[in-house]
Amino acid sequence: MMSLLYSLLTAAVLLIPPSSWKTDTVTALTNARIITITQGTIENGTILIQDGTIIQIGTGVDIPEDARVIDLEGLSIYPGMIDSGTQMGLVEVGSLPETRDASELGDLSPQMKALTAVNPNGVAIPVTRVSGVTTVLTVPSGGMLPGQAALINLHGYTPQQMFAGFEGVVLRFPATGRRGRFDSRSEEDIKKAADEAMKKLNDTWNSAELHQRIDSTYQARPEDGRRPEYVPSMEALRDVIRGDQTLIIHVNTSKDILAAIEWVQTRGIERVLFSGLAEGWRVADKIAEAGIPCLVGPVLSVPTRQSDRFDKAYKNAGLMHAAGVKIAIRSDDTANARNLPYHAGFAAAYGLPLEEALRAVTINPAEFFGVDDRLGSLEVGKEATFFVADGDPFETATTIHHVFIAGYEMPMESRHTQLYEEFLQRTPGLHMHNQD
Amino acid sequence: MTDRMRLKTVFFIALLSVAINSAAQELPTGDLLIRNATVLTVTNGTMENTDVLIRDGIIAAVGEQLNAPQDTPVIDATGMYVMPGIIDAHSHIGISNVNESSAPVTAQVSVGDVLNPYSIAIYRALAGGVTASHVMHGSANVIGGQNETIKHRWGLLDPDELRMAGAPRTIKFALGENPTRVHGRGNNKRPASRMGVEYVLRETFAKAERYREAWAQYEEDVKTNPRAIPPAYNSQLEIMADILNGDIMIHCHSYRADEILMLLGVLEDFGIDQITLQHVNEGFKIAPELAEFGATASVFADWWGYKFEVYYSTAYNAAILTRNGVLTSINSDSGELNRHLYHEAAKSQKYGDLTDDEALALITINPAIQLGIGDRIGSIEVGKEGDLAIFDRHPLSIYAINQKTVVDGIVYFDIEEDADDMRLIVDPESTVDTAVIHSHEDTHQCLYEGSLDLYDFLESN
Repeated sequence: MMSLLYSLLTAAVLLIPPSSWKTDTVTALTNARIITITQGTIENGTILIQDGTIIQIGTGVDIPEDARVIDLEGLSIYPGMIDSGTQMGLVEVGSLPETRDASELGDLSPQMKALTAVNPNGVAIPVTRVSGVTTVLTVPSGGMLPGQAALINLHGYTPQQMFAGFEGVVLRFPATGRRGRFDSRSEEDIKKAADEAMKKLNDTWNSAELHQRIDSTYQARPEDGRRPEYVPSMEALRDVIRGDQTLIIHVNTSKDILAAIEWVQTRGIERVLFSGLAEGWRVADKIAEAGIPCLVGPVLSVPTRQSDRFDKAYKNAGLMHAAGVKIAIRSDDTANARNLPYHAGFAAAYGLPLEEALRAVTINPAEFFGVDDRLGSLEVGKEATFFVADGDPFETATTIHHVFIAGYEMPMESRHTQLYEEFLQRTPGLHMHNQD
Repeated sequence: MTDRMRLKTVFFIALLSVAINSAAQELPTGDLLIRNATVLTVTNGTMENTDVLIRDGIIAAVGEQLNAPQDTPVIDATGMYVMPGIIDAHSHIGISNVNESSAPVTAQVSVGDVLNPYSIAIYRALAGGVTASHVMHGSANVIGGQNETIKHRWGLLDPDELRMAGAPRTIKFALGENPTRVHGRGNNKRPASRMGVEYVLRETFAKAERYREAWAQYEEDVKTNPRAIPPAYNSQLEIMADILNGDIMIHCHSYRADEILMLLGVLEDFGIDQITLQHVNEGFKIAPELAEFGATASVFADWWGYKFEVYYSTAYNAAILTRNGVLTSINSDSGELNRHLYHEAAKSQKYGDLTDDEALALITINPAIQLGIGDRIGSIEVGKEGDLAIFDRHPLSIYAINQKTVVDGIVYFDIEEDADDMRLIVDPESTVDTAVIHSHEDTHQCLYEGSLDLYDFLESN
């Protein structure tokens, strides 16, 4: 009976808005250690937030009388962590096609928008945010040009409310590596497939460039020209060719990374991010030279080659950073995107300076996605998107006490915490009633 | 056969068995003195500034300022943490096949027949402090094959030298989505539902009971009637009878609470009182029932959501089970996760506040008990086997890095000394060491297995 009541209660809790106070009221988070990321660490500091924005930060901040005050003595505030590669909202249950919206048919569908298919009620969303991951890139995955990834905040009742201000066209660069343990193609077959894919990519890009030129001519003098034919995939690539939108290139082996750098330079693509980079360490100097920012991960991964040292995947991010590559870290996960801090923690254990590991899940991706005016650090004028922890957020045993997303305080609940509450001491236990 | 020939044969067999026995005894063991460490015994708390002495592969002493013979190798572990070698209760490393998925019942096969000492995954597990793995058959079948408990003696090339001699026999069972998909939907053969899974279990155990009775009857009859006809030998039912006799431990892949209760009911009806539930994502829902039965659980730290039967999961599973008195371990089922089981164990502190000793027990003494080897490994105690991992920090910290792994008193992994490339064999036909980009699907071997009949085991190349 108790557990039924409990279920009803938790259901009710979830129906009311996560924040029962108005966001135009000032909230003061006081006595905290504030890790701003960009402006050092403030001991015993205060953050004032109003209407979703940080309005003051520092020590000696005057707290308005009617402010809601949250005393954070002994606790630390960090900007919300950003995961640069997930399928959040697109995939609910991995093995059930009905619950997967990450892939469209065909190889060339850059016009598909991940944001369209984000389910704001995905069960993994609260599971992820209670661990301090507040913002994720959600990435489509079908074919060579699977569509446009979207940066989303993990709170909101519509995809539009969740949207965090960045979309990028995804290109899965023709791969010469094996796709996994079950990929038993011969080396010749792998090369043949990669060559064919490269030809397809170049043919597509030639067409897109042509389409872009025709469109530009038409736009300049509509009265003289003919409007280009309606080809939605070409229109999606047009913005990338014009430098108005970012191209996110998924690439992993050293050989493919070099080929991708050359391809990007040949094509003169201005806004590029690389994603994956399992073998980034092998060619880190070349990536640094090209100046392409990298979304690296998963860190918790096995080396790509049997001959590689056991810890190469852990060291990859640190080695790339040391060579001068600008990096963010991604989990490449959905159900367990909550493990992003552990990917960063392992990178830190294996050579990435701790401070840089923190940047790799906060300000660096915010800069790469062009949203550093809103996210990625704790500064006046930025969104009040942060979490409160009782210690180093990368340490496993650390507890997250509060999470704010755009000023809204999130309930520290998810399916995982609810099941814990209900079942730690199940009622009834072994017997329906006492049987003394 | 003449008497003389018979005598010769007996002599030859005797010689052979002596040879086999001595081969088994010739497994290398070492002497080792670890000085001045923080020793995480798991069963007897934490001891500061403590030495551990191993002689002939067995822990001979644990204490301060121990004396050892002069030629004993010494490791200065000042500032380091020594813990029992980590034990992975659910693994598929070091074998060249995982599933014999041709029938819903394949009790007669064994992954012990396909051990591959060249698999680099064994070395990588050592690098994560793992000294023993329960290498399991896959989950395609309701009653799958027999498993093998191995020690990670990297560099020994006889497959038999990987076996942990004397470890109890175990067998894989599987409930739910995998067997119903592979056989029911994949092959139009029972089971296609959880009803069918129960039926397959009951039918097979009932046949095994008849088989055992028939043999018992024959043994009785033959005493008085030398011409009594023995029942037809059946390799599958032989194994099933061994299970009924309590000679083989069952490790059952299972997720949902309802199917687990079904299994407990079947076991009770056939007089089987031992069961370790593998994965058991919904174990938390029936923790009191599991405790009452005496079932044990081997779980993921936080894996969920990859299929429907793990949709209603909680990362607090290990904590709920532990607090309800169910002996619990955390396993990897993965050639990636097994390298940081110490981190997986630490998640039980984030999700449920287990103590350090409780968290460490999840990957040491508890899996050892579940494999029937709790008296030999899984804690640092005098008389136990010298399987240890030496970390630079407390192993429950994310920043901890394993420095050395010791099996039978021999250092098999040394972060300072080992070469980058530790392969034992290089494929002469391969022009390059082809890069493999691993996905979650293929590092997590049990999750999707069964949809693949053949394991293209690149690690053996």
